[in-house]
Amino acid sequence: MAILTSKVNTRDEQFKANEKAMQSVVDDLQQKVAQIKQGGGPKYQERHLSRGKLLPRDRINKLLDAGSPFLEVGQFAAWDCYDDYVPAAGVVAGIGTVEGVECMIIANDATVKGGTYYPLTVKKHLRAQEIAERCHLPCIYLVDSGGANLPRQDEVFPDKEHFGRIFFNQANMSAKGIPQIAVVMGLCTAGGAYVPAMADESVIVKEQGTIFLAGPPLVKAATGEEVSAEELGGADVHTRISGVADHFAHNDEHALALARRSVARLNRPRPTELDRREVKPPRYDSKELYGIVGTDLRKPYDVHEVIARIVDDSDFDEFKANYGNTLVTGFARIHGYPVGIVANNGILFSESAQKGAHFIELCAQRKIPLVFLQNITGFMVGKKYEAEGIAKHGAKMVMAVSCAQVPKFTVLIGGSYGAGNYGMCGRAYDPTMMFMWPNARISVMGGEQAAGVMAQVTKDNLARKGESMSAEQEQQLKQPIIDQYEQQGHPYYASARLWDDGIIDPAQTRDVLGLSIAASLNAPINDSRFGVFRM
Amino acid sequence: MITSLLIANRGEIACRVIATAQKMGIRTIAVYSDADANARHVQLADEAVHIGPAASSDSYLRGDKIIEAARQTGAEAIHPGYGFLSENEDFADLCQQHNIIFVGPPVASIASMGSKSAAKAIMQEAGVPLVPGYHGSEQDAATLKQKAEEVGFPLLLKAAYGGGGKGMRVVESAAEFDEALASAKREAKSSFGNDKVLFERFIRNPRHVEIQVFCDEHGNAVYLAERDCSVQRRHQKVLEEAPAPALTERTRKAMGEAAVKAAQAIDYVGAGTVEFLYDQSGEFFFMEMNTRLQVEHPVTEMITGQDLVEWQLLVASGQPLPLAQDDIQINGHAFEARIYAEDPDNDFLPCTGTIRHLRTPEAEAGVRIDTGITEGDEISSFYDPMIAKLIVWDVDRERALLKLQRALRQYRLTGLTTNIDFLHRLASHPQFVQMNLTTEFIQQHEQTLLPAQDIDLARITTEAALYDIVSRQRRLDATATPWQQANALRLNEAALHNIELQYQGELHNVRLQQTATGFVTHHDDRTTHWQAWVNDDQLTVVCDGKRYQRYVSADDQELTVFTEQGPVTLHRHKVTDTLVDEAAHGGLVAPMNGTIMEVLVNKGDVVEKDQPLVVMEAMKMEYTIRAGHAGEITDIFYAAGDLVSDGDELLAMSEEE
Repeated sequence: MAILTSKVNTRDEQFKANEKAMQSVVDDLQQKVAQIKQGGGPKYQERHLSRGKLLPRDRINKLLDAGSPFLEVGQFAAWDCYDDYVPAAGVVAGIGTVEGVECMIIANDATVKGGTYYPLTVKKHLRAQEIAERCHLPCIYLVDSGGANLPRQDEVFPDKEHFGRIFFNQANMSAKGIPQIAVVMGLCTAGGAYVPAMADESVIVKEQGTIFLAGPPLVKAATGEEVSAEELGGADVHTRISGVADHFAHNDEHALALARRSVARLNRPRPTELDRREVKPPRYDSKELYGIVGTDLRKPYDVHEVIARIVDDSDFDEFKANYGNTLVTGFARIHGYPVGIVANNGILFSESAQKGAHFIELCAQRKIPLVFLQNITGFMVGKKYEAEGIAKHGAKMVMAVSCAQVPKFTVLIGGSYGAGNYGMCGRAYDPTMMFMWPNARISVMGGEQAAGVMAQVTKDNLARKGESMSAEQEQQLKQPIIDQYEQQGHPYYASARLWDDGIIDPAQTRDVLGLSIAASLNAPINDSRFGVFRM
Repeated sequence: MITSLLIANRGEIACRVIATAQKMGIRTIAVYSDADANARHVQLADEAVHIGPAASSDSYLRGDKIIEAARQTGAEAIHPGYGFLSENEDFADLCQQHNIIFVGPPVASIASMGSKSAAKAIMQEAGVPLVPGYHGSEQDAATLKQKAEEVGFPLLLKAAYGGGGKGMRVVESAAEFDEALASAKREAKSSFGNDKVLFERFIRNPRHVEIQVFCDEHGNAVYLAERDCSVQRRHQKVLEEAPAPALTERTRKAMGEAAVKAAQAIDYVGAGTVEFLYDQSGEFFFMEMNTRLQVEHPVTEMITGQDLVEWQLLVASGQPLPLAQDDIQINGHAFEARIYAEDPDNDFLPCTGTIRHLRTPEAEAGVRIDTGITEGDEISSFYDPMIAKLIVWDVDRERALLKLQRALRQYRLTGLTTNIDFLHRLASHPQFVQMNLTTEFIQQHEQTLLPAQDIDLARITTEAALYDIVSRQRRLDATATPWQQANALRLNEAALHNIELQYQGELHNVRLQQTATGFVTHHDDRTTHWQAWVNDDQLTVVCDGKRYQRYVSADDQELTVFTEQGPVTLHRHKVTDTLVDEAAHGGLVAPMNGTIMEVLVNKGDVVEKDQPLVVMEAMKMEYTIRAGHAGEITDIFYAAGDLVSDGDELLAMSEEE
């Protein structure tokens, strides 16, 4: 037992100011989500409903077990990315339980541009599949989509990580025994027809679902044949004649009940079990994270205070507490699952990096999932540090993170800058799931630093010519850079581009991590093999 | 003293007898039919013997098998309980022949009370007051009519060998007599094989008051006060109490002494009950004597502090009565409510089914439950549909009645229809509270005993939903994964539970938002905060500053909320409830190329779902095309002998209604 004792004063002025600031960004986040949830808006939703169809989120709610959590993935996808308004990139995805089985659900939103695939729709669909494949989660596709967004065909069709990859993933997941279930609740045209066709099992809704390679207009143009959509590829045709679909459903609700029945007979053996213990809530209220962290990334705080509000019983068994202490490492439990926590508590030094590499290797050896709490401006710079080989020490940590085969979860709780992002399991290091707090920022370096570097370079050039720059000129040079970094480093910008899996309320971190860890344990944890560590 | 006892009965009375016998150190032996192999009485007894199939005529009524069971197990005595063989003189005789003590009166006493008219003759001789009447053997119409005029009208005409109300008629005047007599005789003949009738003065709005008597082999006889069993349905008691309300001490004594006299007239030994009709004027008349322990004996036990089964076993062992008349004191007031699997809204017809949820009132002083039933048991049509007897005691009638009402509300039973709520309505009926009792009570107050209509469905469905959510969350043990938390977690938005319930076919959507401290509902712009806790079937709710409790039973099909106005059952909405069978679709086409063998319907026929319509042959196999749903045949496209291709529509039907 190593219970963390909080030293936070919740009546402190700074605490209150932080709390208020964080509350306002959380409020903004929730407002945006409320808007995203409205899909294509009332007009399209009403039209959708008038056809006797359920909205995608209602479909998901009816598909899931009563009271099941739904861990949404890519909620902010495509936010403010296109001239068109494409909330959630026109596809709702996430993990929930169906008949007690954790499943990845991918539901097209036909109220958003007919559910067509924008580049980020494809990216989100593929990311959801990637999570499913990694965690061995059965996939349930609630199909209601017009297929590729034709004006953007160059960005959705030809490349490796484009539309075709969806079916490649279906095939390969099926091959691995990860069930693929499709429920056709609307259009499923052209390439989209392969979603049910490639599925292990499929359901189609009468007078709603259609599957065909070419729709009636294209058929007429090509062969002159006149045929209705229902005759061409409706539920009756596909369940009775073609065999493209397996189960005939009378309406959405029925289709979802049939999908639940399919999942009930999947025969999923219980996944990997870790040495789990009784779940105990943290001793401190997670809401206090608001007042501790705030939104001003320049104001430091002790990351132990964050850990105390995330782990079971606030019990944190720290590893190498007195060595390289700008990186905090240690063992704890989240929802009863053992985890290794790697958290920044300042800039990374050689010692901290070596300690991080050691600890990550330790967790990989013991098959303990890793949780990275990222708040890093980068590695220490300067002559002394280069001389002691900080680059090779940082490389060790990056090597360890890259090769560790345990489930890895990254939460950006503050800044995520430069090589610190790498060592702390940024997106490129394949975290199983990755989330961002609304106060966090991500970029190659801080906006101020980038602007400073640019200003310095400019000043050096001017100096060579014997010229100089006024403070005002310098500010004019720096401001656009600062602004650009602020905008592009913002969680909305990042999450819209799927650099992470979602923005989360700090107070939900513990639950989100618990759900993520539990979901990941549907897959076995492989042995890790590391590359050459530069000593 | 008897050291071993076989109980030739089942259900609550078997359990009741076993309890006392075991308390006295007597080895107990149960008997059971196929249907009762795991029944409570079998589990409670020290030993149990299987005596045959479920039907009582093949098991509990088989004296020979029961004697055999007693011999096998070396039982010294047999307690017959009530019903079954308890008043069967042949069985009592059989026991005697096998040197087994029959815990009951001598054979002759049973025999003499077996015929109602013979019993009355004995009582008349002994000076026990009888309703003026004619019980003679001269049965010609003229004599009967003359006697009827002597007795006076209105009078009650009965079959001499009848029972259970069969052949009974009220004759209001001499003019109606002849016709009533003819039909009573016909009915008696066909029901009992004997058309002998008797009649007596008909007493309006009488009460049923009965005296518990006890006699030993040593000539001692006492009475243990009376019971009022006026409240009856289908001529069977349903709510009994002791002592009888508003009975003077003098009447009590007179009735008691008359009852003792009646018992002594037939050399009675053991427990017996003398039933009287009690006129509102205070007069009382002998009705019949039951030569056994009565169902309602516990109310007497509650007010006298005596164990009547213990008395029975002492007397059967040849010991004297434990108390003399002067030592018997009445203390307080007791009620017994008989809980039956029956439908009060359908003429109290018995119901069958499996008890899915059973919780009884909280154990407290003065609340007693005699039952042989546990959760999961089936109430079958083989036996009496009684589930339990709820007995309460308190210092006076008013308090005992409050306790009864409360205990009835705490009796939670689902899975089949019961009279529990009806009993509550009875017990809280103003006329019952005011002691205006009569054997016609239920018929007279039919309109004011109806179930409550003004239920607050919005609240009840919310309570059911709260129970459902909280119990699901509570069921989680420490090993539950975060996915099993059932907290409806959503990212960056409120957790919303949506529970769909049906009440009488109507769908109710309950939307409950889960917050850190409880739940929130929004109804017509009104926001209500709820907190809820669940402990077993008890739901504790805090809402609008009020804290209260409800009982709720739940399974995967339905939820029952036990409200102040009785239980309300809500069905879980299941999508398949509202949809036609999947197979019903697209059945009116040829499944493959073949030949029509026969068309079984004509245009315009109305057919049932699954009715065969067309028979065809293909690949040397016969296929029957059936109706996917009920409807009318609107067209037929082929006739016998026609060749059809795969997918051809064979006939057309109207759409489903």
